[in-house]
Order: sequence, then structure tokens, then C-alpha cells
Amino acid sequence: MNSLVLQLDNINKSFGGLSALSDINLHVEEGTTHAIIGPNGAGKSTLLNVCIGRLKPDTGKVTFAGEVLTGRQPHEIAQLGVARVFQTPEIFQEMTLLENVMIPAFSHRDGAFRLNAGELLSRQGELRDDAEHILEDVGLKEMMMTEAGSLSRGDKRRLELGMCLILRPRLLLLDEPTAGMARHDTNQTIELLKKIKSRGMTKVIIEHDMHVVFSLADKVSVLARGQIIAGGDPQSVREDPKVKEAYLGGAH
Amino acid sequence: MTNTKKLLLNDTFVVIIFAAAILAMPIWLDPIGGNYPDLLQKFAIYGIFAIGFNILFGLTGYLSFGHAAFLGVGSYAAVWSFKLLTMNVIPAVIFGVLFAGILAAVIGFLSLRRTGIYFSILTLAFAQMSYNLAYSVLTPITNGETGLQLARSDPRILDRLFSQEQAAGLPSTDLFGETMSGYPGFYFCAVLLIVCFYISMRIFRSPFGLMLKGIKSNQNRMRYTGLNTRPYMLTAFIISGMYAGLAGSLLAVTDPLAGAERMQWTASGEVVLMTILGGAGTLVGPMLGAGLIKYFENIFSAFDDNVLTQAFSFLPDSVLEFVVPVVGLFVGSGWHLTLGLLFMVIVIFLPGGLVEGFRRIYDYFKSGGGNAKTQSVEARNQAGE
Repeated sequence: MNSLVLQLDNINKSFGGLSALSDINLHVEEGTTHAIIGPNGAGKSTLLNVCIGRLKPDTGKVTFAGEVLTGRQPHEIAQLGVARVFQTPEIFQEMTLLENVMIPAFSHRDGAFRLNAGELLSRQGELRDDAEHILEDVGLKEMMMTEAGSLSRGDKRRLELGMCLILRPRLLLLDEPTAGMARHDTNQTIELLKKIKSRGMTKVIIEHDMHVVFSLADKVSVLARGQIIAGGDPQSVREDPKVKEAYLGGAH
Repeated sequence: MTNTKKLLLNDTFVVIIFAAAILAMPIWLDPIGGNYPDLLQKFAIYGIFAIGFNILFGLTGYLSFGHAAFLGVGSYAAVWSFKLLTMNVIPAVIFGVLFAGILAAVIGFLSLRRTGIYFSILTLAFAQMSYNLAYSVLTPITNGETGLQLARSDPRILDRLFSQEQAAGLPSTDLFGETMSGYPGFYFCAVLLIVCFYISMRIFRSPFGLMLKGIKSNQNRMRYTGLNTRPYMLTAFIISGMYAGLAGSLLAVTDPLAGAERMQWTASGEVVLMTILGGAGTLVGPMLGAGLIKYFENIFSAFDDNVLTQAFSFLPDSVLEFVVPVVGLFVGSGWHLTLGLLFMVIVIFLPGGLVEGFRRIYDYFKSGGGNAKTQSVEARNQAGE
């Protein structure tokens, strides 16, 4: 059995009186792709926000590769090797694609802060090659000198994915990476994610699209009303009557 | 890489052009009446102030409304250096920059806990606090309302150590014997301005500058990318404060006195106007804005009805009688009106400031009048770098 990379123990989080997550226990193994599915409002995004330090859980703790993440600053968590693709792409709209990817490249090389005012951007050949390589991987190399704000939604997601990949994270969290994409784009993204999988990165994917989930996931956890109601390999989850009732029931 | 070489050449070229333009100011400003040392010094000094402000505002988008505090501290530190140590300007400038940097570290550390309007208000509050302190509690240091001045009885330890003779009257600031008033004073400021411009350009083109632009664009993404934005911001704030301190000390170099009004919020507002007028986030824009405002302040305000009557003397008398009073509203003591209108026009039609205006004109001619708009984005990317 693989070692655990991400471990969530007894996570509780409520907003006002509303319980968003209750008693979440989740174990993600190294090198796997773990999908979290569930109906709208089940608490999926809240779960990711707790992982990356955007939200603080009321109780419980998040452990990543032996380090407790709970209570840490977002940039510390990112430096430990956790990267995230957001539901609405968080990119640098006014900057070129190349600059968008160069910033995380510096973060990866120099850490959370380094006073690199004496260097010249134009002399960063190695980093630039790396950035161009990543942009090629996500299929955006031809456009690297355009402004990121002018990209289509699907391309923005791909760019954000590239920005995460250049960080060489150990754990990649993806919040609906294919939402709002056309089928063709979705398939391209699946291919891309499969390619990353072969590099041994652990991934946690929140996804609506069952096509995506079943083509990528090794493990699936089903979240409903803030609780994990089922988990296991995709096939057994698909056949679980509780899951059918809570989630797939309506759709199938 | 030939590409890299070309870019570097390009940078050197920019600095050389800039240096030539600055050093030749007495020549090309002569026809428009700007060629007198006092004004030239102000161009250079406020140019430094605005370039420094632009490192903070232009790159990170954080609008400080309290930069005059650093200007004031720079002046006080410089005058104290004249009083206590020597009339040589080098220590004065060093102390000005140093003390402004320390104050910027303190104010920045506290203000940068907030962003947006709250940051602006905090900096404004600190600057006003400094201003009021200079007026009241700190009178032993600042000499309150009168302002800090030189006196014959000042210790000037270093000067007395090296020469026994005492000149009659107040000594003047000097750079190893060269008196720092008039044109030598301007050239001293101009050289520092060129150095400051070069540093600012290097910052714009460094990874550090890229990080600051990233903070302006999306601070959230910066954090989730593993970058700690606080030290980046604080460094930018301190550098910017040091530029202001340098400008303040140069004000004292060219005219060795320091008053609290230099720290007032109007002075902080002025540098904001300069930067936006010229083009925030561009390399030369702030300098242009500073020059324009100082030109208006000194030249436009000096126009009176006599000057206007002369200028419009080609008109028939009846028209002249009408034109002179109307135009008179916009010059002389009404120069603020012209400046205000100009500012409005620029903010509404040219959000990128004068630099954007020039660029549009350039693009227009380059593309022969057609598709100027599509090219301007590209040009902006190039020059904004």
C-alpha cells in the first residue's frame, strides 16, 4: 500500500449555524488521483479551501506528508508542495502568458521571498525555457506573448494548470477543472491530466462531470450535505445504492 | 542569445537618451522660459520623488497618500547633517535616504496590513501625524513653525576639524568645494536623477519587479503560488520611501532649510498627481508629470495681464479686451485651474497618462493612421515592461 500524502481528520466547519462540513475523514494515497464528487452545495469547495488554508476548520486537522497544514499561511502551504486550480481561474489577467508562468517558476526556485531586484528578467534563460515547456504541455505556447485576460475560459483554466505544474507540486488540487469547457476541450484536459498522472503527482479533483471522474480517478469519495457518504474505487462507488440516491439518482 | 543582447542594448540606449535629455535641459528648456537653476533643480528633485513613488504605485498598485512624510524627513536629516557634521552634501544625502528608509520601514510595516483605500488612509494618517508632530512636540528637532535653518553658531564638527577659518555669514552647501546652488546644484541633482532612473528601470525589468506586478494583478494567486507578498510589498515601500528621502535631502541641498509644510498632505497629493498625469507604471511618465506640474507652478503662475496683452497683441483691440481677461483666469494665480482641467482631460481620455498619449500619436503615425488601436496594446506591453 502507498503512503498517505493528504490526511484529513475529523474536519468540521460551519458558517453561522449552517454546517458545511461535518466529521470529514479523508485519506489520499501518494500517486493516486482522488475524485471528490457530490451534488451542489455538498461542501466540496469548502473542503479544498480548508486544505489550502483559505478557510480555517472549526475542529480537526489537515496533514500533508507529515506536516500539519491547519493554521498555516497559504504561501507556506504552497511552498510545502500543494498547488491548486480554482473554480474561477485565478490568473494574472493583465500580464502575458509567459509572465503568468514565470511568476510561479520564480516561486519554485527562490521560495516565498527573495530580493531579486539585481537580476534581469531577460537573463533567466533556464526558467524561461522551463516556462515555455510548460506552456507547450498545456497547449498555449503559440500564444505566450498575449495578455492572459484575452484568453477563453477553457484556455484560462489550462493556463492556471500550467502555473500550478511549474511549481512541481506533490499534491495538486483541482476544483472542477473542466467546468464550462466544450466536450473537445474537456477531452483535451483529460488527456493532459492523464499525462501528469504518469509523472507521479498526487491529485485531488472535484468534478461534476462523471465522464471526467471515471476516466481519471483511482479513488472516489462522495460528499453529500457535508458528509462523506461513500468511498472506494470508481466502480464500487457507481454501484453504491446510497450514492445513486444522493447524487447519481437524479441524473441516471 | 541575440535577443537578450538586443534588449540590453535597448536598455542602455534608453538610459543614454534619458541622461542626454536631462543634462541638456538648460538648452531645450530655454525657449520656453524654463531655463533657470531654481526650476531645473525642482524638475530633477520632483522627478526623483515621482519615480520613487511610481515604484510603489505603478508596480504594485498600492496608493500611498503619505509620501510627503519621507520627503520631509529627508530634508530634516539633511539639514541636521549640515548643522552638526559638515556642509558637504554627500553625508546629507546619505542621512536623508537612511532616515526616510527607516521611517518607511515603520510606516510600511503597519500600513501594509491593509490594502486598497484602507492602506491609503493609513499612510495619510501617518503622514499627517508626522506633520503635526513636526509642528508641535518635535519642535526641538524641527524648530516648529519657523523651520529648521542653518546658523553661524552650528557645530559642523567635520568642517571645523579640517579648516580653522570661518567665513563671514552663513556657509553654503558644497560638494568638495563646489557650491551646490545654481547650475552646479542642478547638475548634482540631475546626476542623481539619472542614477535613480537607472535603478528604477532595473527594478522594472527584474524578477522582483515582475513579482510586484503580480501583486498588483492578483494578490490571491501570488499567495497560492507560494509567494509571501508582505516582504515584497515592504521592500517596494521602503525603496519608494528612500527615493522620497533622497528628493527631500536634495531640496535641502539646494536650499538648506526644512519646514513642516513639506510633509503636508497637499505635498503627498502632488506626487500622486504627477505620477498619474505622466503615466503610472511607465518608466518616464512620472518624470514627465513632475516636470509638467513644476513648470505650470513656476511659469504659468508668473503670467499676468501684461504678458498676455503682449502675447495677443496681434489681435484687434476689441477682441483683445475680451481674450485677455478670459485667458487670464487660467494663468497667474489661476494656474491651478488649468492644471485641474488638464488632469481631468487626461484621466478621462488617457488613463495611461501623457505617455499613453505620446504612444497613441506614435502608433497613429507608424501605422499611417489606420488600426492604431490594435497596435497600442502591443506597444504598451513593450514599454510597460
